[in-house]
Amino acid sequence: MQRGCLVALMLSLGVAKGVEKSDFVHDIAPILARSCQSCHGAKMQMGGLRLDARAAAMKVIRPGDADSSELYKRIAGIGPQARMPMGGKPLSAAEIALIRNWIAEGAVWPDGVGAVAAEVKPHWAYVAPRRPAVPGGKSANPIDAFVQARLAKEGLRPSGAAEKATLLRRLSLDLTGLPPAVAEVDAFLADKSPRAYARQVERLLASPHYGEKWGRWWLDAARYADSDGYEKDKQRQVWFFRDWVMQSLNRDLPYDRFLIEQIAGDLLPNATQDQRVATGFLRNSMINEEGGIDPEQFRMEAMFDRMDALGKAVLGVTVNCAQCHTHKYDPIKHDDYYRLFAFLNNTYESSIAVYTPAEQVKRAQILAQIAAIESDLQKRMPNWADSVRQEKTRWTVMRPDVDDISTGGQRYLPQEDGSLLAAGYAPTKHTVKLTLKDPPARITAFRLELLNHPDLPMGGPGRSLDGTGALTEFEVQVGSAKVKVASATADIRLPEKELAAIFFDKSKKRRVTGPIEYAIDGKDETAWGIDVGPGRQNVPRQAVFVLEKPIEAAAGATVTVLIKQNHGGWNSDDNQNNNLGRVRLSVTSDEGAVAAQQQSFSNWRTTVPEWAAENSRIDALWKEYPAGTSQLVMAERESRRPTHVLERGDFLQPKNLVTPGVPAFLNPLPAGVTQPTRLDFARWLTAREAPTTARAAVNRVWQAYFGTGLTATSEDLGRQGEPPSHPELLDWLAVEFMERGWSLKQLHRQIVTSDTYRQSSNVTAELLERDPANRLLARGPRFRVEAESVRDIALAASGLLNPQVGGPSVYPPAPDFLFQPPVSYGPKNWNENKDDQRYRRALYTFRYRSVPYPMLQTFDAPNGDASCVRRSRSNTPLQALTTLNEPLFLEAARALAERTLRDGGPSDAARIGYAFRRCVARAPTDAELAELMALLKQQQARLDRTQAWTMLARVLLNLDETITKE
Amino acid sequence: MATKADITRRWFFEQCGVGLGAIALSDLLQGAAPVDALAPKKPHFAPKAKRVVFLFMAGAPSHLELFDYKPQLQKFDGTLPPADLLKGYRAAFINPSSKLLGPRFQFAQHGQNGAWVSELLPHTAGIVDDIAIVKSMATDAFNHAPGQLLMNTGTMQFGRPSFGAWVTYGLGCESRDLPAFVVFSSGSKGPSGGNSCWGSGFLPTVYQGVQLRGSGDPVLYLSNPAGVDKQTQRESLDSLRRLNEMRLAATGDPEIATRINSFEMAFRMQDSAPELMDLNRETKATLELYGAEPGKPSFANNCLYARRLLERGVRFVQLYHEAWDQHGNLVKDLKKNCLDTDRACAALVKDLKQRGMLEDTLVIWGGEFGRTPMVQGGSDGRDHHPNAFTMWMAGGGIKPGLVLGESDELGFNVVKDRVHVHDLNATLLHLLGFDHTHLTYKFQGRPFRLTDVHGEVVRGLLA
Repeated sequence: MQRGCLVALMLSLGVAKGVEKSDFVHDIAPILARSCQSCHGAKMQMGGLRLDARAAAMKVIRPGDADSSELYKRIAGIGPQARMPMGGKPLSAAEIALIRNWIAEGAVWPDGVGAVAAEVKPHWAYVAPRRPAVPGGKSANPIDAFVQARLAKEGLRPSGAAEKATLLRRLSLDLTGLPPAVAEVDAFLADKSPRAYARQVERLLASPHYGEKWGRWWLDAARYADSDGYEKDKQRQVWFFRDWVMQSLNRDLPYDRFLIEQIAGDLLPNATQDQRVATGFLRNSMINEEGGIDPEQFRMEAMFDRMDALGKAVLGVTVNCAQCHTHKYDPIKHDDYYRLFAFLNNTYESSIAVYTPAEQVKRAQILAQIAAIESDLQKRMPNWADSVRQEKTRWTVMRPDVDDISTGGQRYLPQEDGSLLAAGYAPTKHTVKLTLKDPPARITAFRLELLNHPDLPMGGPGRSLDGTGALTEFEVQVGSAKVKVASATADIRLPEKELAAIFFDKSKKRRVTGPIEYAIDGKDETAWGIDVGPGRQNVPRQAVFVLEKPIEAAAGATVTVLIKQNHGGWNSDDNQNNNLGRVRLSVTSDEGAVAAQQQSFSNWRTTVPEWAAENSRIDALWKEYPAGTSQLVMAERESRRPTHVLERGDFLQPKNLVTPGVPAFLNPLPAGVTQPTRLDFARWLTAREAPTTARAAVNRVWQAYFGTGLTATSEDLGRQGEPPSHPELLDWLAVEFMERGWSLKQLHRQIVTSDTYRQSSNVTAELLERDPANRLLARGPRFRVEAESVRDIALAASGLLNPQVGGPSVYPPAPDFLFQPPVSYGPKNWNENKDDQRYRRALYTFRYRSVPYPMLQTFDAPNGDASCVRRSRSNTPLQALTTLNEPLFLEAARALAERTLRDGGPSDAARIGYAFRRCVARAPTDAELAELMALLKQQQARLDRTQAWTMLARVLLNLDETITKE
Repeated sequence: MATKADITRRWFFEQCGVGLGAIALSDLLQGAAPVDALAPKKPHFAPKAKRVVFLFMAGAPSHLELFDYKPQLQKFDGTLPPADLLKGYRAAFINPSSKLLGPRFQFAQHGQNGAWVSELLPHTAGIVDDIAIVKSMATDAFNHAPGQLLMNTGTMQFGRPSFGAWVTYGLGCESRDLPAFVVFSSGSKGPSGGNSCWGSGFLPTVYQGVQLRGSGDPVLYLSNPAGVDKQTQRESLDSLRRLNEMRLAATGDPEIATRINSFEMAFRMQDSAPELMDLNRETKATLELYGAEPGKPSFANNCLYARRLLERGVRFVQLYHEAWDQHGNLVKDLKKNCLDTDRACAALVKDLKQRGMLEDTLVIWGGEFGRTPMVQGGSDGRDHHPNAFTMWMAGGGIKPGLVLGESDELGFNVVKDRVHVHDLNATLLHLLGFDHTHLTYKFQGRPFRLTDVHGEVVRGLLA
């Protein structure tokens, strides 16, 4: 306000004094240059505005009318929008007055001053790529034509081809993440045909290890980890997703399809198990289940994480800035963000059981056999449905108050049907207290229904890993007086069974589940169990509790129900809860209430005594039914969840409602799509005219080969990203990629068969000076391999590697204390594999987000907290300590030594050559051989033969070259 | 060959004493930037503090039992809080409309400033004239992991650099053979935020905190494996160096020179780290001051390690003591926690002071939020509370003997001199010589900073 007055004052003074006519060049241009053009100039045009060119600037200037000129209003801070310069020092009152006067006098901007630009050119990455002409016309590999044209312009020449052994090692590391075997090198060296290299490319592209190497490339972006994150950081089973990624790459699933299945595979017609598993991509977000959280808050955090992952991994556009406000640099508006968000905001946080191919076969067989028996039985009793007992009791659903203190930190979220859905923290022992609101005048019995919900593990109805639960005790109180439950019935009656090991609570008690009577026997060790076993356990259940004496509500007396759930394990920070997942409480005043039986034939047949033989045959079959593995997946809600724009990204500050839609600066949704779904969204992302999707992908592939992408900022192709070093090449690759059916293998083939890729990576002082980061590509790539390959190379070179592909994650050696308090928040399982599972590729190492595997962390592997499309590449003493001293590296050194002594040849020189080649593929030079011979001699003077060779092998495994792609 | 030898020489020269944080050349997009990411750097302006030790009381200590004396809360013990106060308030576990719980311990005034301190903290009470107590802290988070992340990274979301990472990014490290940013963990659990509390986020990974511990190898894989003695290690490294030098000459890649230095540094660390961790080298008086016992891991030992690390040029030490989540057992557990930490915290301040280090060492004590004036459970617990809590700082340009800010009579809301986490971080960075709005790192096209888009330097805290 004060400033406004001051401006007015200045103006009036100016008029009174008769200010000279303004001079644009002298007075105005310097202000614009100093305060405006860093954001609204030639390099950047925030909000699509540039103020360095007359024609473009006139969009915000109305000559002669300063007060309605946007330029004046914004610098003076008039109107609701943020004052300019945003985030900078406001202009002085005098400067504002100058600009106002200048506009008022007609905004004279002389010809020839400033840039000539009438329109703001769209940013390169936001225009769909077109295939550029290849320099020099036809070329064996257009990559070389583009790269060499640029080199010629810089006056540089490409390097010669790398030596064959080095090249095969480079190719093997790039396509499979593993070094070549000595025999493979020999075969390549011996192959003098012109197709020799192409043959190696095809061999490696066809290797199952290709999917492991490039799977990890995608898993970084997909923020894959084997745990939930946050403080509990509980184990989760998501390796089916990891394997799906790997297998999809191995069979070269087209990249557009690869994305569609990950974003909306569940919405494809007749979605297969694989297509549902693929949606684990979005579900890889962390889950916070610490005590006392608001589940909605962390669902929103997960949603933001999904948006971030899409932005980095798929779009290559920074969308998450627009979570809080309209993007400052890129044309993504605050509303745009939430319109994209709305595509994803309509799912459950779901998990399902998934099965390996062998399990699927078994499952199909069992189901077919059961169906055959049942259909035979049904034929014998076609009118079976008439004999099913019909529900006679009239039940009234209660919507009780939940006593917050009693939940032990678990949330009971009220649902529309009157049920309560358990969410958030899952204590292993608690007794929830429900108080009836307006209890009816008379209650003879209570009914407790256990219901399914897609947010529960495997759909519930419990919260245990299998989606089951146990009811320890069901109690009723009026006021503070206990009301006796006379009898209980349930729709499931299982024999007594001891609790599974996961529910061990460190007590010496024998804790069991069994029939419903166990819930009213007053004993803490017994509970009503509903876990029928795999295939049948995830169905709704109910129990009815009849009171000894009906409650006749005295005025004002409170009626409370205590639902005791004490059958979990000792550690609430782990997956040990055995809680009920969704409960609904009803009451009746009728007499003789009993639990309604399931209306299915499968249930009814069990009540026919004559069918005991068939029933037990079916039971036996169910016992064979595979348990499967859980996998987090997307599952669409039936009714659309409203999406609001959130003020500053705060879910407690919802603003206007939005519907799913896409930002205007990107490709439009197909015409005719009126109510776009997540599947439409996935198709939109992968449309031919999507400007960034293909570019982001080929750029990240390029980055993996050459260390830096064609644009270095692979997570951001937007205005603030780095302009590409070879823009035409990037576009050519993107178009080629799409037109070749989005084939990643073809893209790899294109790159690795280029001369550019095959160059020697040796560098001269001059070239290093000229192009230290090798952006011009006058030489081949040379840099330290990624964390996983550091480990894999040691395993492969030593011969320890267990090449098994896929399956559950494994536990190689790690210091125990890392997984125990006070280093870890809670005790974590790390059952070190003692067998050859410890020698699996690093891809399979179990990944806890809060306690990353030390060796991988030290070598810059991301921990899965957030999507990562560009790793750091550090070179530190902690890495040196790791490769020197970490147990598995030492095992590798010993194994390499033993193998060398066994297979390495007749002389020390031959043996050294053998070990050397296992590590770096090429043969040692004379000087290297001499050095190693000297080392061996030196060590043999003090150590026995194997020990001395182990020390030599250890040196070889620690060579810079061993962990470097040359 | 001459040119390649030149490269070698030049790179060795340039990297003379390369620190623990070399970054691959290709990582530095601009190319010719320095290779040692942890070389000491100058901040924006002359700093008051050159190093930091953060005593992170994870789990959130009760301000109401330790520093923020509320006689009125005692008076209203057992009554419900005013409904107005609870409008829009979210609690983690309790129904916000729970009875008030008076402070469970006695308070007395101490020092020349007459600061109120709980009977639980007799040692801290003895240093009130050296520290600044901020009773008006406020945060946005009321769950542990997000609260710890907010305190450490300036946001509740994962993936951002921690305070220690920002500081080492900005200042590098004075030590040539110790990590720049060191983390210890004691108490009953690890911190809720896990490794991300000291992560580097999108900063290069060399800036992430390195966890040390007081028993066994202080640094993972520090000791030679069984069967490798020092002579073999040295001989192996010599051979390795010569082989790497040959490759450097053959390829010309300066990254190999960095690798050679990394191995040499590792070897030096094998010597220096055990010496560093040997508390028997401290005098009996010092051990007693801290309550430290060599060979018996404790928060007190960690405090002493912190001093030893800071003396050796480590930039940032963070001690997590996760034990303060008193939903129940308030009386018993607070007693224990204070016994475990009070003496050592005060000792650290005294020891730094007597060694002349306090004036340029920033000491910070506090947790991720406070605790509710309302009771949780019967009469012996408090829930999470973000609206008001207490922290203290000392040294490094902090005004000694200060008591800043006030909460209301129930200790529920801040009523005077509110210091949000972002303000605290802005202030701490200021003391380290940084304009917090200009200590930035560009990622995803945006310059990011510790304080996001918030934070005001709290002038009142400055000496």
